[in-house]
Amino acid sequence: MSRADIRKTYKLYIGGAFPRSESGRSFMVEDAKGAFWANASRASRKDARDAVKAARAAFGGWSGRTAYNRGQVVYRIAEVLEGRRDQFEAELRRSEGVTPAKARTSVDASIDRLVWYAGWADKIAQVTGAANPVAGPYFNHSAPEPSGVIAVAAPKDPLLGLVSVVAPVITTGNTCVVIASEPHPLTSITLAEVMATSDLPGGVVNVLTGSVPEIAPWLASHMDVNGLDLTGVTDPELARELEVAAAENLKRVRRPAEEDLLATPALDRMTTFLETKTVWHPMGL
Amino acid sequence: MADAEVPQRTRSRTDPATAFTYAPAPESRAIVDLRSSYGLFIDGVFVDGSGSGFKTINPATEEVLAQVAEATEADVDRAVRAARKAFRSWSRMKGSERGKYLFRIARIIQERARELAVLESLDNGKPIRESRDVDVPTVAAHFFYYAGWADKLEFALPEGRNGGGDPRPLGVAGQVIPWNFPLLMLAWKIAPALACGNTVVLKPAETTPLTALLFAEICQQADLPPGVVNIVTGAGETGRAVVGHPDVDKVAFTGSTEVGRAIARSVAGTSKKVTLELGGKAANIVFDDAPIDQAVEGIVNGIFFNQGHVCCAGSRLLVQESIAEDVLHRLKRRMKTLRVGDPLDKNTDIGAINSAEQLTRIRELSEIGEQEGAGRWSPACDLPDRGFWFPPTIFTGVSQAHRIAREEIFGPVLSVITFRTPKEAVEKANNTPYGLSAGIWSDKGSRILWVASQLRAGVVWSNTFNRFDPASPFGGYKESGYGREGGRHGLEGYLR
Repeated sequence: MSRADIRKTYKLYIGGAFPRSESGRSFMVEDAKGAFWANASRASRKDARDAVKAARAAFGGWSGRTAYNRGQVVYRIAEVLEGRRDQFEAELRRSEGVTPAKARTSVDASIDRLVWYAGWADKIAQVTGAANPVAGPYFNHSAPEPSGVIAVAAPKDPLLGLVSVVAPVITTGNTCVVIASEPHPLTSITLAEVMATSDLPGGVVNVLTGSVPEIAPWLASHMDVNGLDLTGVTDPELARELEVAAAENLKRVRRPAEEDLLATPALDRMTTFLETKTVWHPMGL
Repeated sequence: MADAEVPQRTRSRTDPATAFTYAPAPESRAIVDLRSSYGLFIDGVFVDGSGSGFKTINPATEEVLAQVAEATEADVDRAVRAARKAFRSWSRMKGSERGKYLFRIARIIQERARELAVLESLDNGKPIRESRDVDVPTVAAHFFYYAGWADKLEFALPEGRNGGGDPRPLGVAGQVIPWNFPLLMLAWKIAPALACGNTVVLKPAETTPLTALLFAEICQQADLPPGVVNIVTGAGETGRAVVGHPDVDKVAFTGSTEVGRAIARSVAGTSKKVTLELGGKAANIVFDDAPIDQAVEGIVNGIFFNQGHVCCAGSRLLVQESIAEDVLHRLKRRMKTLRVGDPLDKNTDIGAINSAEQLTRIRELSEIGEQEGAGRWSPACDLPDRGFWFPPTIFTGVSQAHRIAREEIFGPVLSVITFRTPKEAVEKANNTPYGLSAGIWSDKGSRILWVASQLRAGVVWSNTFNRFDPASPFGGYKESGYGREGGRHGLEGYLR
């Protein structure tokens, strides 16, 4: 007698836990061949708000950690992902129908990207900060600080795409709420399991699955969100509406742009969501 | 020293410290050659505007200074086209050559410093002491600082904005500036834009257009290529035309958060880059171990400098409860020595409120402060009969919920709030949608550094306040806007 496999219920990732959508809704996800794979949670406005609350609660602790420590946590995500690479390769092949070689490249790139950002944690301040030679007896320096809670619409690629938009945001001390790839949400939730077991404090990354046009407006207009990354928004009119909503509390906005995910990223994925704080103090005896 | 029981009126006559009277020391306005009317500065020449025009007045006397052209959408379009045409050669010019023009401008500003200072005080109402000693020297310093960047841009963004390390200008910058520091805000906008190879269309505030038009003459004296700098005067409609022009690549705005929001909305879905320097409600935190007399000077400078028309003004005084009485006593004593009056008098500390409209807003919010139960106090001072005046004012017994503690008043009005622990001070300081600046007064270095790290503000002044320097980045967190002006960071908003 053959054994029936245990299927996974893919839920949301909020505050370090994996709740179902409070709305009780789900949507059907098919694999690359069009066969039923799973019913993913369809996040609601309330889920988005819960996620923002969790991200805000996590911000003080996460941004207050040393950059060295944050770097190690991001590195640990890479470590845990490396250990589960077979699972991710299989999921990518099943969800997108890619070749084994392509799936491997994608997983490799995701792991390497995490390692790359891990190394930035304690260097970004040195590269973007400054000692300012003001014309007077003052000690004056500028250093970057995270903006706060960032809402992110992730690109279609559920693993490398998610890593590429989330890692720069959290490496610099922000926390985030990310809407996973709408067509391929499941692998992003599996990645959330990696994050949940990587010493990443609950709430630093919150992953919602569901409809971007439905959830994103609530995040774009949320007054406790400080930044908005529209990378994964493919509809220009929706992107414009979200940018308009973001203006209400002057969120830092990253507009959608085509990007080669395999290329080395530019620093602006980090700097868009960094503030510069300049501190003055008199000098003298 | 003097005791507080003596009634003010008597005291001002008997206390030697205040009985001392100053002879009038007016600066001559003869150095300024005011024209009766001014046009727009487009493509290197002054031209008529097609709008109906408006008058700019001296807020200290309500005297009409000049008739100024109003730029319509068509005029703005003409200016943007001139800037676009000039961009082709200006952006390709060697950085070292561009830098020379900026150095020339810096030098001419120094040469004509007195004229600029007098005109600024006439049009804006700010004390000549500030326009002469702060504004104009800092304006020249900005052009000098950014002139030197023009041929070093590859070192400005060594990380490469887009990974390339080959920084390039954005194109035509549309810039809209406020009335509180007319010439200084012009310098903050124009100097980095030009250094990076952009060309500009700048709209000064409608109440203070004159120094921008004098700056246009300076551009002519410097032989700046036509179209590199264009100045269009007008009010909100003109500003909207500048910001909304489809051929503007970059919008830079300094002003209210409300207008900043509207601009952020209007550029949504376009490829325009934006930087915004918006409002603030800065906390000036005084701890019990602070050098109190220095702190009092800092409080006065923080809120009464430029009549409090400063986006980063220290408009919320957070004072530790144990020393609140002492600080308030000394603050009031110091405020009694402030001289309010003729901006052109060299002994004046506090000049005129910039406009009737602004005066109305300050009065309204102050009345609301009283209605909500805060205690209002101003030193006795004789205000001139004509012009727009408001005495230096403090409110005590202010709570976090009071409107005067939440809204930007943009006038010489200070709200005093107390706290007990550093943690409470940080919580109260951060309890605002704004995040532009903050002040800390304490003798304890470790405490200063901890508090500075906890404050959500773009500029933190410790044991000093309201310091500016072209080499120092300035800008806000949260609803105080985005982007930085000044320093290497100030170039980022003008490069791709």
